[in-house]
Amino acid sequence: MTAHQSARLERKKLLADPVLIITIVLLTLFLLLFILYPLGMLLADSVFSTESFVAYTVAERPEDMTVTDAQGQATDRFIRQGQARKTPYYVVESTEGFQVKEELGRSTSLLYLDSVLPEGGQDTVVVVQTRQPLFTFQAFPHIFGDYTFIRALTNTLQLGVITALGGTLIGLLFAYVDTYVRVRTRLLKKLFDIVSLLPVVSPPFVLSLSMILLFGKSGLITRKVLGIYDSDVYGMWGIAIVQILTFFPVCYMMLKGLLKNIDPSMEEAARDMGASRWKVFTTVTFPLMLPGLGNAFLVTFIESVADFANPMIIGGSFDTLATTIYLRITGGSYDTQGAAAMAVVLLSLTIMMFLIQKYYLEAKTAATLTGKASRERMLITDRSVTRPLTVLCSLLSVFVIMMYVAIPFGSLFKLWGRDYSLSFRWYEQLFKQDGLKAFRDSFVLSLIASPITALLSMIISYLVVKRRFRGRGFIEFVSILAMAVPGTVLGVGFIRGFAGGVLRTGFLQGIYGTAAILVIVFVVRSLPVGTRSGISALRQIHPSIEESAYDLGAGSGKVFTSITLPLIKDSFLSGLVTTFVRSITAISAIILLVTPRYLLITTRINEFAEKGSYGVACAYATILIAIVYAAILLMNLVIKYFGTSKAVREAK
Amino acid sequence: MADKQGVRIDAISKIYTDPKTRKPFYAVDKISLDILPGEFVTLLGPSGCGKTTTLRMIAGFESPDEGEIYIGNQPINHLTPNKRDTAMVFQSYALFPHYNVFDNVAYGLKLRGLSKEEIHDKVTRILNLVELPGMEARMTNQLSGGQQQRVALARALVVEPAVLLFDEPLSNLDAKLRITMRTEIRRIQQQLGITAVYVTHDQAEAMSISDRIVIMDKGVIAQAGTPHEIYYHPNSAFVADFIGEANFLPAKALAAEGGQIRLSIHGHEVTLPNPSGFAAGRDCQLMLRPEAAQIGHTGLLPCEVTLSTFMGAYQSYHVMVGDSLVKISDPCPINKHIFQVGDQAWLGFEPNCVHLL
Ligand SMILES: Nc1ncnc2c1ncn2[C@@H]1O[C@H](COP(=O)(O)OP(=O)(O)O)[C@@H](O)[C@H]1O
Ligand SMILES: [Mg+2]
Repeated sequence: MTAHQSARLERKKLLADPVLIITIVLLTLFLLLFILYPLGMLLADSVFSTESFVAYTVAERPEDMTVTDAQGQATDRFIRQGQARKTPYYVVESTEGFQVKEELGRSTSLLYLDSVLPEGGQDTVVVVQTRQPLFTFQAFPHIFGDYTFIRALTNTLQLGVITALGGTLIGLLFAYVDTYVRVRTRLLKKLFDIVSLLPVVSPPFVLSLSMILLFGKSGLITRKVLGIYDSDVYGMWGIAIVQILTFFPVCYMMLKGLLKNIDPSMEEAARDMGASRWKVFTTVTFPLMLPGLGNAFLVTFIESVADFANPMIIGGSFDTLATTIYLRITGGSYDTQGAAAMAVVLLSLTIMMFLIQKYYLEAKTAATLTGKASRERMLITDRSVTRPLTVLCSLLSVFVIMMYVAIPFGSLFKLWGRDYSLSFRWYEQLFKQDGLKAFRDSFVLSLIASPITALLSMIISYLVVKRRFRGRGFIEFVSILAMAVPGTVLGVGFIRGFAGGVLRTGFLQGIYGTAAILVIVFVVRSLPVGTRSGISALRQIHPSIEESAYDLGAGSGKVFTSITLPLIKDSFLSGLVTTFVRSITAISAIILLVTPRYLLITTRINEFAEKGSYGVACAYATILIAIVYAAILLMNLVIKYFGTSKAVREAK
Repeated sequence: MADKQGVRIDAISKIYTDPKTRKPFYAVDKISLDILPGEFVTLLGPSGCGKTTTLRMIAGFESPDEGEIYIGNQPINHLTPNKRDTAMVFQSYALFPHYNVFDNVAYGLKLRGLSKEEIHDKVTRILNLVELPGMEARMTNQLSGGQQQRVALARALVVEPAVLLFDEPLSNLDAKLRITMRTEIRRIQQQLGITAVYVTHDQAEAMSISDRIVIMDKGVIAQAGTPHEIYYHPNSAFVADFIGEANFLPAKALAAEGGQIRLSIHGHEVTLPNPSGFAAGRDCQLMLRPEAAQIGHTGLLPCEVTLSTFMGAYQSYHVMVGDSLVKISDPCPINKHIFQVGDQAWLGFEPNCVHLL
């Protein structure tokens, strides 16, 4: 029994649809070129080099210290000398086809010579720098023998676990109070709304700024209120607190959706049998949520591990993988292979977590929590429970909001820590120092990226949900996978992938350092988010609606523009704004790729924060938050007046 | 619709992979069917027998793994749904929720590049035909289920397709409306003379609407014929049982001569006409519809009453003939003797009302 005729016919039908074919081909090319290729280049970079070093020993006789070519001509040219594992060596340059007497080994970098040379050898070693390509795994043992890398790795893992635990727990607390506890005041609900909105509208690293402003050495709270003069927020706990406060609202939203889906009758049944509230929580609610909690944990873990800006600003000497890679690339140690290998390690880490989360935990969550709750839940009214929970949540909310509020004040005070009188001097300074250009560049680039991303993600969602063709799985996988790629890794991948053109051939070399590559990075970074929301929107539309349009004579392009897109207009519009916001607040990948031709708000904030000019950094951040908030308000207005009509929503 | 076209299905199969066992199986197994121009053919069968799959292969949403489909004389296997001259009415109506009634119906016409006036004329005419005049500006969610169904029908009809396809279009409607709508569909189809393929699992619907019924079972055609043929001359117990209610009595053919056949049923001899030329010496089954069975003090076979229920329009009996259960619907019980449980009686029937299998 074979299904070959239908496969052949399906192929024929596909080919009869040029719009569809062209879309699929272009999309596949885009994903290959701008997601898989740069990552592939990183992998290749970490194990392959087009240059290599050949080491060989010589006896004491100096005449042996010559390298000859195939014709016996001396070809060496002395470059430098050095020492590895206590063995002195000379580096000479050679043309191709040289010959050596006793080869000790080859390596791709002088840094990796020690894996080749004998310990404390008596003989002088001559190292020939040659253009011969070499495939070797030396970079990995090298970085794993490198103290700074090991420390960065353990730092990253430690931070990831702390942040993920903290974020998940606080998220759970908020979600539980929101769905289970009767809250007397409107105020708390309002606080919850603000707290879940704030991380969306603010650049991901503003909390680091306010952490320094409030709790740093000259922090408003530490110094002014508490009178502590040697407070140190730099380091792991600083980052952890900032990351927890930044990421827990995401956990809160995730877990809230989960708790809403737990059927109250299950818990009531347990209560009926005499279990206490705490018992019900530990024996019924918690086990039901366990996969969901794991999900939230891993999502936060990935965010924390991939985070670049917070460790950069508040990390101090606490280096994470992301910052170490960045410093390797920009710091002038020229160990690009080592940086590539580190990026591969970081990437493997996040992708592994992502795969567990996506294919194991999500399926489990869906399996334990099927369908909607059958009816309203009886909320907890018991004062002894509601009081402490409400107070705790309020305090946390107020704390978070205070952190955000510190930013605009930071930009308005004359000199934080010394002179708390209001002034516009930081704004003046900002605009004097190319501030306008930074806003223009950031704004324009993000504005270009957002419709491209929104449209692209809707097309991908349409293809993934509504069409069957070979390569569909590939498109879905790659565009969602991009979510697990840390920005720093992508940035390094882009440098290695495009700096010399595609595959170092010079092809597309032109885009490196231009606005185009920045826009592409914005698109790639936001694509997974847009695609995910598009896919879930499209799953709600009954397939027969598009089929009937198809049946009445519309081709793929027409079906998409006349039926699909109008039906998921809301998702498209919010995709527009989400990608705009993500782009204008992005930093991790872009900081590696931006050239002085373009100034971006986020990189400027980073620069000023590093210099300690927190006033200007806050001024930038304040305006940025205002822009983002305005964009979101605009989106809500647009959706209200031009979004999917009530008729469509009811039809779903 | 000057040139009416039929549909020829030539030994088509569809192979799916069972999601649980991961094994391939024939959802549709070498089905052949010749649908005449203007004919109303219904695919009828239990859920999962492959009706929808067959219909979707005609529409082009699925590609057959074997065989070829023709509209008129044109092979269409390689054509995408939008290039086929078919229009489908879906179970869920599949109206475009962001368009009003007019735009829904006009959708196919706009794709065909008709002028504004033409579109307006045609839409108005078709909305009159489905009895929805003046509803043009309504949004689809402001319509009742029956009205939505009419819009879906109008949208399919207005493009004047060669073949109209229906996939259980009435199953979302309540019982009363279902009857009205099936009459409507039949009326409009006859009026336009359009070829129609209709899928349902409701036998009453199939009987009332079709020129020809195709009974499907596990991916193959069990029997195809007019409602009359299928009802009175089913070719298998499956068909007999699926369409209407049927009693089966095991019988042995003793002799067949001169258009007559002599049967032995539970040791009693009965002589019946033998139009299909059944051969002597074989074991067979006598199929008897409950409404064709009679109960009385005389008859052909002795029986014992095991259930007697007054149903208003008829008295319903269960009787045992030997070890076979026979259901009887006896009409107008008010004028008749009512047998009670445990009574001995006789089962009778008009010889031309039974069918040998
Ligand atoms: N896309 C599919 N993949 C696998 N099996 C399918 C698919 N569509 C239908 N089937 C199976 O094929 C058989 C026939 O289905 P269908 O034609 O929908 O039956 P029905 O007669 O109820 O309309 C069923 O067993 C169904 O489970
Ligand atoms: Mg069906």
